Amino acid sequence: MPADLLQANTEPMSSQTTQQRQNARAGAAGVIDEPTENTETGIGEDRETLLKMFHQMLLIRRFEEKCAESYSMGKIGGFCHLYIGQEAVAVGSISALRPDDYVITSYREHGQAIAKGISPEAVMAELYGKATGCSKGKGGSMHLFDANVNFMGGHAIVGGQIPLATGLAFAAKYKETDQVAVCFFGEAAVNQGAFHESLNMAQLWKLPCIYLCENNMYGMGTSAQRAMSMDEVATKACAYELASEFVDGMDVLAMRQATQRAVDRARQHSLPTLIEARTYRYMGHSMSDPGKYRTRAEIEKYQERDPIKLFRAKLEENQLLTEDDVKQFEEQVREQVERAVKFADESPYPAAEELMTDIYANPLR
Amino acid sequence: MAVMTMRDALNDALREELARDSSVFLMGEEVAEYQGAYKVTRGLLEEFGGKRIIDSPITELGFAGLGVGAAMAGLRPIIEFMTFNFSILATDQIINSAAKMLYMSGGQFKIPIVFRGPGGSAYQVSSQHSQAIESWYAYFPGLKVVMPSTPADAKGLLKSAIRDDDPVIFIEQERMYGMKGEVPEDEDFTIPLGVADVKREGKDATIVARSLLVPTALKAAEELEKEGISCEVIDPRTIRPLDIETIIESVKKTNRVVVAEESHPFCGIGAEISAEIHERAFDYLDAPVKRVSGADVPMPYAKNLEQLAIPDVPQLIAAVKEVAYV
Repeated sequence: MPADLLQANTEPMSSQTTQQRQNARAGAAGVIDEPTENTETGIGEDRETLLKMFHQMLLIRRFEEKCAESYSMGKIGGFCHLYIGQEAVAVGSISALRPDDYVITSYREHGQAIAKGISPEAVMAELYGKATGCSKGKGGSMHLFDANVNFMGGHAIVGGQIPLATGLAFAAKYKETDQVAVCFFGEAAVNQGAFHESLNMAQLWKLPCIYLCENNMYGMGTSAQRAMSMDEVATKACAYELASEFVDGMDVLAMRQATQRAVDRARQHSLPTLIEARTYRYMGHSMSDPGKYRTRAEIEKYQERDPIKLFRAKLEENQLLTEDDVKQFEEQVREQVERAVKFADESPYPAAEELMTDIYANPLR
Repeated sequence: MAVMTMRDALNDALREELARDSSVFLMGEEVAEYQGAYKVTRGLLEEFGGKRIIDSPITELGFAGLGVGAAMAGLRPIIEFMTFNFSILATDQIINSAAKMLYMSGGQFKIPIVFRGPGGSAYQVSSQHSQAIESWYAYFPGLKVVMPSTPADAKGLLKSAIRDDDPVIFIEQERMYGMKGEVPEDEDFTIPLGVADVKREGKDATIVARSLLVPTALKAAEELEKEGISCEVIDPRTIRPLDIETIIESVKKTNRVVVAEESHPFCGIGAEISAEIHERAFDYLDAPVKRVSGADVPMPYAKNLEQLAIPDVPQLIAAVKEVAYV
């Protein structure tokens, strides 16, 4: 048996200067013209990693644009929540993980699924309700799963995935596998009891869980200001003595580095972290959202700090990316998305027998 | 065979399964240091340590969900609710996560978890602490629901539930923990889920009873025998999946049925069993199926009112006589 699972750990809480917090918040709010300076490493990552991240962000953007198109053509049914505008959060954070780390998330999860390694084909086929989808056509847009890459699902009750993530982290610690669990959720989920119950248990039992709040400022059509008595999510961590930080969710490198710090804290010290990524979704809550609760001007203000635009500028500035490279990436991504749509279109629907399978692992009669 | 209480039989089942499989852990309120609110987990902390026997905060939604997440990652959690009344706070995780995960992941994530604890009526603890909610859980495909009525069944069924790869709701009757009975001591003793047990054979009428109402039904059958009415008593033991075949076989023999339960009648298990019998064996019935259920009221506190709310032997005798037209 390992050292007591419940043994207290005296790792100090992460410290972050007020200035950094303000930069992160103001950055996401579109006030700062340039990305927040990363005092730790600047852009000191290898080029291959950086370009892979750029490629992924572009892929997610074009994939989601295609989803909007397919949805309007009636190819995708039900609810469909797009990730456009938030790409830096998924790509930056997941790039800091090991392949066997767990990712679990909400119903706005196409981007995270692709970033974690589910093929665009399997995701698109799932959205099309086809047998070749990553959940065999039984989950749809809100329930993408892939056990092969430890993508533990999109979950569609707001905040429902947060206790599940806590359990994944508990299992990693119990089995001493050194894995980390990352849980994505929106800021509206923070008002659910599940969030508070989970943070309490995670710090009480020192679980290697990263709670990553994507604060896109709206829970459906209700702004955070109209729903939260105190809308600084990361600050809430102090109620549980949890390490936390604000991050500019439009800056993919800031996301990567913040997640890396949280991963180190989880893997080396078995401690949880709450990260608040300030970001913005350009599209409606779902495809049926008329968007009357915000102005066009507001959306345009945030688009000035578009995460792909910002990252491209940074890469170009450092002579890591040329206009030709971008054209090549665009072409690659266009082909990937077309391939995904073709695969989804041509795949069969689930067989009628599938209706009554997968209800029980040990069916009794 | 050893004679022991339901409480000790459950304790044995937990101990044996914890010893058998290191991926099994037990979490709940007061299960460790306090030794269990009802002492079902007595001695387990000492034997298996704090890694595997874990006192949780009072945070039912949270620790039920933690259990489901741990099950997704390959552990076999046993989540104890101090009583099933408190599981009501955890229904989102039980229903939306545990019950549906295998299906909505296209068969990728099984959830081998047991949610267990006492349920049904207790003694004078009033409305919020005295209720039978098995029909809620039995409603959902993906869940299995088990309710033992003897110490031997409790042990054998709990061991099967822990070894099962699906989420199992295991409801122990709060008034029955002290009930004694013979229990096999063999560590490989299990009772398969989904198999009913004929607790008493008879030929004139069938009483289908579960949990607390099984001893009541057996007493009623004893009394009726004296009057020349022979009753068969069937305990489904597993509510979902329900062994309806065993019940139908009995109906074909006796042609008369009483379904007894302590839960409310409306949308209850008794209604489901009655409907199944009418669909499958209508031509064999000599009288309409009669339900005897708990009163359709929140449980009252006053002792006399509480007694009136739970079916008793005279009520069952009257019901059998009604379907037997005597």
